[in-house]
Formats: sequence, structure tokens, C-alpha cells
Amino acid sequence: MGSSAEVIQPGSPSEAASAFGDGDGVAVLAGGTLLVPDLHFGRARPERVIMLGDAGLNYVSRSNGTVTVGATTPIVALVGESAPLGPCAASIGDNEIRAQATVGGNLCAPAGFGDLQGPLLALGATARSAGVGGERSESLEDFLADRAGRLLLDVSYAEPAAGAFASLGRPHAHHYTVMAVSGVRTAGGATQLAVVGAGEVGSRLRSAEALAGDAEAAGDAAGAAVNPSDDPLASGWYRARTLPALVKQVLSELEASA
Amino acid sequence: MNIVVNGNNRTVESPPLTPLLHVLREELDVLSPKAGCENGGCGACTVLVDGTPRRSCLTAVGSVPDAQVTTVEGLGAPESMSDVQQAFVHYCAAQCGFCTPGMIIAATAYLEGGGSADRAEISEALAGHVCRCTGYLKILDAVAAARDGGFDLSTTAESPHTTVLT
Repeated sequence: MGSSAEVIQPGSPSEAASAFGDGDGVAVLAGGTLLVPDLHFGRARPERVIMLGDAGLNYVSRSNGTVTVGATTPIVALVGESAPLGPCAASIGDNEIRAQATVGGNLCAPAGFGDLQGPLLALGATARSAGVGGERSESLEDFLADRAGRLLLDVSYAEPAAGAFASLGRPHAHHYTVMAVSGVRTAGGATQLAVVGAGEVGSRLRSAEALAGDAEAAGDAAGAAVNPSDDPLASGWYRARTLPALVKQVLSELEASA
Repeated sequence: MNIVVNGNNRTVESPPLTPLLHVLREELDVLSPKAGCENGGCGACTVLVDGTPRRSCLTAVGSVPDAQVTTVEGLGAPESMSDVQQAFVHYCAAQCGFCTPGMIIAATAYLEGGGSADRAEISEALAGHVCRCTGYLKILDAVAAARDGGFDLSTTAESPHTTVLT
């Protein structure tokens, strides 16, 4: 057991981008909560491992109503943020995991782990990444749809006027989230909704957003818009029928905060 | 590379991607961190890294160069146990003992961070730690009492969760 991969420890974001290149044969180690055991047990066998701990990507900055979160910022740093981001961050793992796992690692993790995708999609976050063609900024939605060969540098979002988060309860800190819905009312008054647990990655619920004034109809629209598959946590049938209730709860909380 | 384990400078020969857990147990002969699930799910391997509890099974040793690593061996010796260690003895909070080092490390960090004796808060602080013996109530008793210290280790605490065999 163990990994013989070459280890690279960049000292800046630009060094990290350079070392990452096109991502071929590279594994990125941020907090390590997913990758370290995979390396140890041989489930991951990259040629090179980039350790991002000293790459200068651990930050939360605020400027003119925009919040920017570096990719290696630990999840615990977001626990104090307003809904939906803060409550979502607080619901991930346990104390030690939240202190070690990173925002970028969570966003780019395999299906079943990316809890933070939900609130950040609802917030309409922008993802800044490096890779082939250099650095680029795009919506998080676009980034998640095609993130192969990209190194996430940070995400940024406009602080919302209000937010809400609803999740199916976890019986234990180490259970993964079955499904969660995040909702945001933007400074411009728009309602934005997103779900995790209804597909491989999180997704916006635009059909529900269009009906946000009618929570019942919005919930039904959300349920009709997804086609979740079965996995060990829950059946697709269960997820599709649970989603409307979560959407209605989020819209109710958003309305109450008006 | 070097790390400081329980106050002692130690040179590490293991490759940088080796889990800290295996560096401690197999190279440095520090055996209190336990290899349980080795996927971050049980808490038995938890150590303090620069004062913060971390899963040593999830921590590549190369990611913590020069770190101050503390295990239960560094909290106190049998003749000079820390208050948390004494509390675990006094409340019989260990059964098989496999989870105990991780529990004690997490409880120590919780109390040093100003944690209270509130059971719900202690439960949240220890949420990532699994006791296969299910001895959670006595562990909660011990952590809740640990701040006061001064335990008489010749006796067992009177607790509805502790049965004293006579």
C-alpha cells in the first residue's frame, strides 16, 4: 500500500496552475479527506500529486457585496455564513472533517459528497479555475458540467438578501446527505433554487424558480424536473417524491424572511 | 522531514503521501492512534495537529511538516494523567478502549476550546467518534465532569451509567 506518485507543493496559485497543466495524471490534494485513503489503499494511482496547502488558496474575502472563497478554505470557515451556505456547511461531516475538508474538494468531489454545490449554485456563484487555455471564470453550473482538466481556484458570489436551506436529516454525522435544497432571494428580488442529491452533481431548479410565488406548484415542478437514480442511500422514487417537500420548505422560509 | 510528536523532534523517512497515522504507528512507534476504518469515519485515529484535532488516517504526513502532533501519550503519563484522562478512568468510560484515544483527544480539544458540560454540545463535539461498545453515556459523563478535575481514582464515580462490581 502507499503511493509512489511524484509530490509537488506549489507556493502560489500560479505555481499550482503551472504544476496542474492539463490535469492529465494529476491528483489534487487539498484537505485530503477523500484522496489520502484512496492513495494509501491504491484506489487512486496518479502520476503526480499536487499538495495545495501552501498554494495561497485559503481565504474568504469580501468586497462590495461580493464574497470570494478560496478553493482550499476549510469547510468550517463557512459555518458562520448566512443561509443557505452556513447551515449547509454546518451539516457536513463532523467537527474534524469540517476543519480538514476544503470547499474546493467538496465542490469537485464525486457524486454523493458535493453538498456545497447546492448553496453555491443557488447563490449563482462564479467559479475561477486554471487549466488548458489558462485561467477562466464561468458560472459554477458550467464549471460543474465540465470540470475535467480544470483546477478550481476560488468561487465568488453576491451576498443574498435572504436564504434558506432544507435537508433530509442524517441519523449520524458520518451519513451522507440524501437530498438538500438551497434557496436564495437575490438583492434584485429574484428567487434562485438548487438541489443536491437528485443527480450526479447539484443543479438549479429553474422550473421551480419560475413558480416561486406558488410553493405547491414550484415543488411539483421541481419534482417533475428531476430524474434521480437509485443509490445505496435512497431510491430515485424516494428522492423525486421528497424534493417537492424540501422546495416548499425553502420557499416558505424565504417568504417568512421577507 | 521533521515533525514534533509529544514534544519530541522526530525525523520522518516515510514518503510524504503516507498517512500520518501510519507514520506514527509504524515508523515512530506511537501506538495510541488506532487504525479503525482508515477512511475518516470512526475517529479512532484522531490526534492534535498544532492543537487542532485531525484524523491522522486522512492526513498526508507531507502536508504537516514541522507540525506539533499530540497523542494521548503526550497528554499525560499513567502517574500524571490529564483531567480528561482521569475522568475517563473515574467514570469507567472505556470498555474495549479502541475508541478511547480519539475520544480523549477530541474531548481535550473541546474543553480547551471553552466547551461546556452541556451534553448536547459534547455530543456534537464527539459526533465523529464511534464507540463500538456503545459506551457513550459514560463517555459523556466523563467529559462533562473533566473540567473540574481532582478525581479520586481509587473509587469509581457514582453514576446511573456506571455499574460498580463488588
